[in-house]
Amino acid sequence: MVTDKPSLDTVWQWLDALPDPEIPAISLTDLGIIRDLRWSGDTLEVTVTPTYSGCPATQVIAMDIETALNDRGIETLEIKTQLSPAWTTDWLTERGRARLADYGIAPPQPAGGPSACPLCKSSNVERISQFGSTPCKAQWRCTDCLEPFDYFKCI
Amino acid sequence: MSDPLFEFLCRMGDNALVLGHRVSEWCGVAPALEEDIALANTALDLVGQATLWLDLAAEVEGAGRDADALAFRRDVWDFRNLLLVEQPNGDFGQTMMRQFLFDAWHRAYLAALTDSSDTRIAAIAEKSLKEVTYHLDRSAETVIGLGDGTEESHRRMQTALDRLFPFVGEMFVTDEVDAAMITACIAPDPRSLRAGFDSYLAEVLAEAKLIQPSGDFSHKGGKSGARHSEHLGHMLTQMQWLQRAYPDATW
Ligand SMILES: [Zn+2]
Repeated sequence: MVTDKPSLDTVWQWLDALPDPEIPAISLTDLGIIRDLRWSGDTLEVTVTPTYSGCPATQVIAMDIETALNDRGIETLEIKTQLSPAWTTDWLTERGRARLADYGIAPPQPAGGPSACPLCKSSNVERISQFGSTPCKAQWRCTDCLEPFDYFKCI
Repeated sequence: MSDPLFEFLCRMGDNALVLGHRVSEWCGVAPALEEDIALANTALDLVGQATLWLDLAAEVEGAGRDADALAFRRDVWDFRNLLLVEQPNGDFGQTMMRQFLFDAWHRAYLAALTDSSDTRIAAIAEKSLKEVTYHLDRSAETVIGLGDGTEESHRRMQTALDRLFPFVGEMFVTDEVDAAMITACIAPDPRSLRAGFDSYLAEVLAEAKLIQPSGDFSHKGGKSGARHSEHLGHMLTQMQWLQRAYPDATW
């Protein structure tokens, strides 16, 4: 049993450091999938919203959260899956968007396509495919520097 | 008839599961790398949705089963998917035509389910709807691209439409399970979605330069489970192979 329960702010900071398993450049909190943290007695309840229903990372994410918090001394936790409201790319944090761009993945835009090539910043880009290496990405190409790149698609 | 809510949830789950498995058969052999990835992603979304529906079905049933037990331990006669989704892949054009016809119905049906009186169902529908919206974007775009493409791609898409069109009617049949869902405000009347589907279909087919087959004959028996086509049994021998050979295997 944890005698001194860490504050929720502290737990949020710990979760801030957990990378997304498929795009390690951003954290789980950057992704906006951790919706709520609360203590229920000595149990920490973590509410997680899946990005895509078939995303294979969902189970890894739950395991990563559990391991990280166990390592910090939280012994009993419950991970709750919440489907509604459905996850949206609007929940990506500003820091997450900046990190994606630095990593070479164009962040989602309301217009439905990247605003610029993440490499040369040209706005002359075209779509190759609506699907990419993971469910959350699409493949685009820059028509100036000719480099193909990933775009984090809007949902 | 068993509990209509359980039947309804199996129908939703089995449609997604059977089509998801069919589409996954393309993994590694699609005509282009981008298409291969797109098909695999679509399959993944559908199998994920199937898990949500079948887990809820198992919970409602309360017999100690889960989504895996429903997916891998039932035989053909217990499946409740539409006949359309169990039809073989054929060529790439036939696969995309099947996807388009299903997506167009699926999108409209899920949109209506977001207003379900059962909040668990509304939540799964809300989640699935986002994914199915871009499935439909892609399948409609591909049907148009190939229909209005080369002479050969046009011919193949028309052949695919002629072959699959007789499976469209089953999506809009209303039976006693639907009636129970309509009464409880859980799901819409499938018949109420037909007009919207028809006008959307006409729009896409016109752009694709394809001719909608005449006649309203429709194969039925998938969603009621009365009569599946022979293809489903063959598919299940592949999909359920491991659990049939090694029941309860874990790794
Ligand atoms: Zn560029």
